[in-house]
Amino acid sequence: MKTNFSLITSLNMEKGHGELFPKLQGLQFFQIFLKILNQKNLYKQLQQRDFKSTRRRRPCGSLSPGNRQRVYLLDWCSLKITMNQREIIDFHHGWQFMQNGITKLKSILEGAAETHFTSEEHIMLYTTIYNMCTQKPPHDYSQQLYDKYKESFHEYITSTVLPSLKERHDEFMLRELVRRWQNHTVMARWLSRFFFYLDRYFISRRSLPPLKEVGLTCFRELVYQEVNVKVRDAVISLIDREREGEQIDRALLKNVLDIFVDIGIDQMDFYEKDFEDAMLKDTGAYYSRKASNWIVDDSCPDYMLKAENCLRREKERVSHYLHSSSETKLLEKVQHELLFVYATQLLEKEQSGCHALLMDEKVEDLSRMYRLFSKISGGLEPVANTFKQHVTAEGSALVKQAEDAVSQKKAEKKEVVGLQEQVFVRKVIDLHDKFMAYVNNCFLNHTLFHKALKDAFEVFCNKGVAGSSNAELLATFCDNILKKGGSEKLSDEAIEETLEKVVKLLAYIGDKDLFAEFYRKKLARRLLFNKSANDDHERSILTKLKQQCGGQFTSKMEGMVTDLTLARENQTHFDEYLSNNATANPGIDLTVTVLTTGFWPSYKSFDLNLPVEMVKCIEVFKEFYETKTKHRKLTWIYSLGTCNVNGKFESKTIELVVTTHQAAALLLFNTSDRLSYQEIMSQLNLSDEDVVRLLHSLSCAKYKILNKEPSNKVISPTDVFEFNGKFTDKMRHIKIPLPPGDEKKKVIEDVDKDRRYAIDASIVRIMKSRKVLGYQQLVSECVEQLSRMFKPDVKAIKKRIEDLITRDYLERDKDNANLFKYLA
Amino acid sequence: MPRSSSRKGTTNLKESGNSPVMDLFRGGSSKSSSKDIGRHDQLFYTYANHSLDMIDPDGIVSLCSDLGVDHTDVRILMLAWTMQAEKQGYFTLDEWRRGLKELRADSISKLQKAVLDLENKVRKSSSFPDFYSFAFRYCLTEEKQKCIDTESICILLDLVLGCQFRAQVDALTQYLKHQTDYKVINMDQWNAFYRFCNEINFSTFKNYDPNLAWPLVLDSFVEWMQLKRGKA
Repeated sequence: MKTNFSLITSLNMEKGHGELFPKLQGLQFFQIFLKILNQKNLYKQLQQRDFKSTRRRRPCGSLSPGNRQRVYLLDWCSLKITMNQREIIDFHHGWQFMQNGITKLKSILEGAAETHFTSEEHIMLYTTIYNMCTQKPPHDYSQQLYDKYKESFHEYITSTVLPSLKERHDEFMLRELVRRWQNHTVMARWLSRFFFYLDRYFISRRSLPPLKEVGLTCFRELVYQEVNVKVRDAVISLIDREREGEQIDRALLKNVLDIFVDIGIDQMDFYEKDFEDAMLKDTGAYYSRKASNWIVDDSCPDYMLKAENCLRREKERVSHYLHSSSETKLLEKVQHELLFVYATQLLEKEQSGCHALLMDEKVEDLSRMYRLFSKISGGLEPVANTFKQHVTAEGSALVKQAEDAVSQKKAEKKEVVGLQEQVFVRKVIDLHDKFMAYVNNCFLNHTLFHKALKDAFEVFCNKGVAGSSNAELLATFCDNILKKGGSEKLSDEAIEETLEKVVKLLAYIGDKDLFAEFYRKKLARRLLFNKSANDDHERSILTKLKQQCGGQFTSKMEGMVTDLTLARENQTHFDEYLSNNATANPGIDLTVTVLTTGFWPSYKSFDLNLPVEMVKCIEVFKEFYETKTKHRKLTWIYSLGTCNVNGKFESKTIELVVTTHQAAALLLFNTSDRLSYQEIMSQLNLSDEDVVRLLHSLSCAKYKILNKEPSNKVISPTDVFEFNGKFTDKMRHIKIPLPPGDEKKKVIEDVDKDRRYAIDASIVRIMKSRKVLGYQQLVSECVEQLSRMFKPDVKAIKKRIEDLITRDYLERDKDNANLFKYLA
Repeated sequence: MPRSSSRKGTTNLKESGNSPVMDLFRGGSSKSSSKDIGRHDQLFYTYANHSLDMIDPDGIVSLCSDLGVDHTDVRILMLAWTMQAEKQGYFTLDEWRRGLKELRADSISKLQKAVLDLENKVRKSSSFPDFYSFAFRYCLTEEKQKCIDTESICILLDLVLGCQFRAQVDALTQYLKHQTDYKVINMDQWNAFYRFCNEINFSTFKNYDPNLAWPLVLDSFVEWMQLKRGKA
C-alpha cells in the first residue's frame, strides 16, 4: 500500500502544472482518479465529508480502512492543484467548454450516433467546474454555474422535449413522455456528475436545492405540469379500454405511473392528486354505469359473478401497473358501486335474490354472496336477516306440517301416537344440521349467522306442536331413543350422535326446566320399570346435558341413576339377609328399590290396602332396612310397583305381569267370586279415578281377566265384576298395561310452582346485594339469572314483586315509584 | 315465606308531632289550656264505654247520630284520620284529644261544624295522599293483616276517590269485580291506584307504560280497558 502511494506521488510530480487540461502523459493519473470517482461508495462518502477535511490530510473516521488511502490520494490531488498557483479561468471561457460537453450529451440523448463520453472528457468537465468554483472571489463562479446548470435543463426542455410531446397524442404521447423522462434522468445523472462539485460545497453551504432536485423540479415544472392532465386522461382511457377487454401495453402504463410517483420524490401527493383521484372517480362512474345495467339484466348469481370478477381484475390491475397504495381505495370504490349501492336491490331480487338462493340451496352462490358482502360495511346484516327469516319459515313449516298431521289423525279418530312427534323432532334435527352446515361453510362461521340461526330456531322451537311444548317433545324423543324397544332402531354410534344433536337443540328451548321435568319423569319410568336400553347412553346424555346446562340442571337426574345402582346393591344385601333369616322369609320374591326423596319426581303415595301377603313382605323389608340405617323414613309408592301373578284359568295357568294396584284388585277375587265396584273401591281404599282406571285395564281392555256386568266399555259405580275363569291366551306370560294418568298437567303445574320459587329467590338474591334497584334493572337481572333454565315472563316477575312487597321483602320508594328497596 | 314483622301499620301514627294532619290545621292555637282538655274529656266520656275507657262502635254510632252524619260517611273516616285513630271502630282518649284540638272543637255543635267542613278541607289539602294511605291502613283490622279483599277495596275506593275520579273508580271497581286473579289488594297496589288516577290520562292511556313498575293489576286493568274500548 505504501508503494502505491508513493508511485502516484511521483507520477504527479512529473506532471506539468498550470495546464488547464491534463495531457496524455498524465493518463495514468486520470485513470486512477476516475476509478476513484466511479467507486460508488466512495462517492457517497465524499459527499458526506466535510469540505474542510478535503483540504487537510486527515483521514475521515467514517471511512473503511480499505478506502482510506484512496481518500488521501484525492485530498492530496486537490491540495496539489490548489497549492500551485493556477491560471484564472474566466467564466465565459469555462462555460464555453461546459457548453460543448452539454451539447454532446444532448445529442447522445437524441440518439445521434456520437461516441460516449470518454473518461478523459468526463474528468475534464468535472475539473473545469471544480476549478471555476475554487477560484478566489471575484472569480468564484459557483452561483453562475448553479444557475447555468438549471438553465441547461430549461433550454433543453423548452427547445426539444415539450415540442416533441406536444405533437403526439394519447398512447404515443405517453410513450414519448416515458422516453423523455428516461432521457431526463440520464441527463440529470450526467450533468450532476459534471457539476458535482457544486453539490459538495456551494449547495450544502447555502442550503440550496441539490443538483438532482433541481433537475427534477425543472422537469416537473416545465413538462409534468404542462402535460399531466393529458397524460392522466390518456392513462384512464387506456384503463377503461382494458376493462372492456382490450389488450393494452401494461408496461407503458406502469412506466407512466412511475413518473407520477417519482416526480413527488418521497411523497405521493402528485400521484394521488393528479392521477389517483381522477382514476377513482372514473372507476366509480364506470362501474356505476355497468352496475345500473347489470342490476336490471342479470340475475343475482350472475351479477355476483361479474362483481367478483371485476374485483379480482381490479386487484390484478393494481399489481400490474398501479401503485400498491391504490389497492384499498380502488377496491372500496368498486365495492361501493357494485355492491353497496345495489345491495338491497340485489339481495331482494325476486327470482334470484338471497331468499331464492336459500330456497334453491345454491350453496356456491351463497358463499360468494358472503365473500362479497362481508367486504362492505353493514353488508352482512341483511343477508343474515334473510337467512334468519328463511330458517324461521322452514322451521315453522315443519311445525305446521306436524300440527296438520296430528289434527288429521284426530279427525280420523285415531289414537295420537308419539310417532308423529318423533318424526317432527327428527326433521328439526335435520334442519339444524343443514343450516349449521350453511353457517360453517357458506358463511365461514361468522357470529352474525350463528346468531341468526339461533334466533330462528328459538322462534319456532318455542312454538310447540299441537298443545305439546317442544320441551316435552324433545324429552319424549330422548325417551324413545333410550328405552328398550323404542321406535328408533339405531346403532350405538347413531344413538350417541342423535343424543348430541338433541342436546344442541335444547339450547334453543326457553323452557329448559320444563324439559328437565319431563325428562325426569320419563327417566324415572325407564329406570324403575327396567326399560332403559343402555346404561352407558343414559350416562352419556347426562354428561352432555351437564356440559350444556350446568351441574344444577342434571344433579337430580344423576342422583336418580346413582340411586338405582345403590338399590341393586341393597337388593343383594336384602337377598342375603333373607337367606340367613329363614324365619323372616315372606315366601314371595320381593324386590325393593329405595330411592332418595328429592331426586325423583313427586308421586302420590296412597294408603292402598295391600293384600296380607304383601303386607308381610313390607314388614320384612322394614326390619331389614332398620338393621342398616336408623332415622330414615320409608314411604312406599305402590303405584310404581310391579307384580307377577299366576292366574289359574280353566285351560291353563298364565303368568300375569301387573301393577301392584292391579294385583291387589285381582287378589280380592281369591276370597270372593263376585265383587261390586263399591266393594272393590272400599276394600282397596283408592279414589274413584284410580279404581276406574285399573278395573278398565282388567275388564275392558285387551285382556279380560274380569267379567263385567253390564258388559260394556265404560266403568260405572254400579258395575259388578267376576273372575273370568274362561280367560286364555296363546302366551304363558302376559303383561297387562295400566295406562298412566295424565302426567302432563301435573308436570306443568310442578314446573310453574318451581318457577315461582325460582323467581322469588332470584329477586331476593338480587335485591339483597343491591339494596335499592330500579324496576327495569331488577327485571332484566332476574331474567338474566334465570335464562339458563327458562325465560321468565315479565308479568310473572311483576306478580312475584307484588307478592314480595306484601310479604315485606321489598318496598317501593316513596318518591320514585320505579325504585324498589330491599327490606332486610 | 311469611314474615312476622308488621312494620307498616303503626310507625307513622306515633310521631303525631310531625304528622301531615298537623300541617292541615296549622295556624290554629297550638296552646291548649287545661280548660279545653277538661271540655274535651267531658265530651269524650259522653260517648265512651267506661269499662274499656274508649269510645266503642256503639259510642261512635251515637256520636254520628249527634253529628247528623252517617257512620259510613267519608267524613267519619276523615275524623278518624284527624285523630290518627289506630283501631277501626274505637277512639281512645288520646286520639280524641288530638282530634278535637286539631279541629278546635270543644262542644258537640263546634265538632259538628268542623266535621261538616272536614271533607272540603281534606280534599284540598296537600296531605290528602296521607289520608288516602290511612284509609287503607285503617281497614287492616286483624293482626298481621296486610291485604284487603277486593270487595272492601271497591267500597273504600268509592268512598275516598269517588267524587274526585268518578270514571276511574267506576271502571276499576268493575274490573276488580270481573277479574279472578286477585282476591286481595295490598298497600302498594292501593297506593298505585291513587297515583294512577292522578297521573294517567284516562281517556287514552297514552302515558301509561306497562314497562314501568306499575303493579301487574293495573297493567291488566289497562289491557282490559283497552280491549273493552276496542270492542265498543
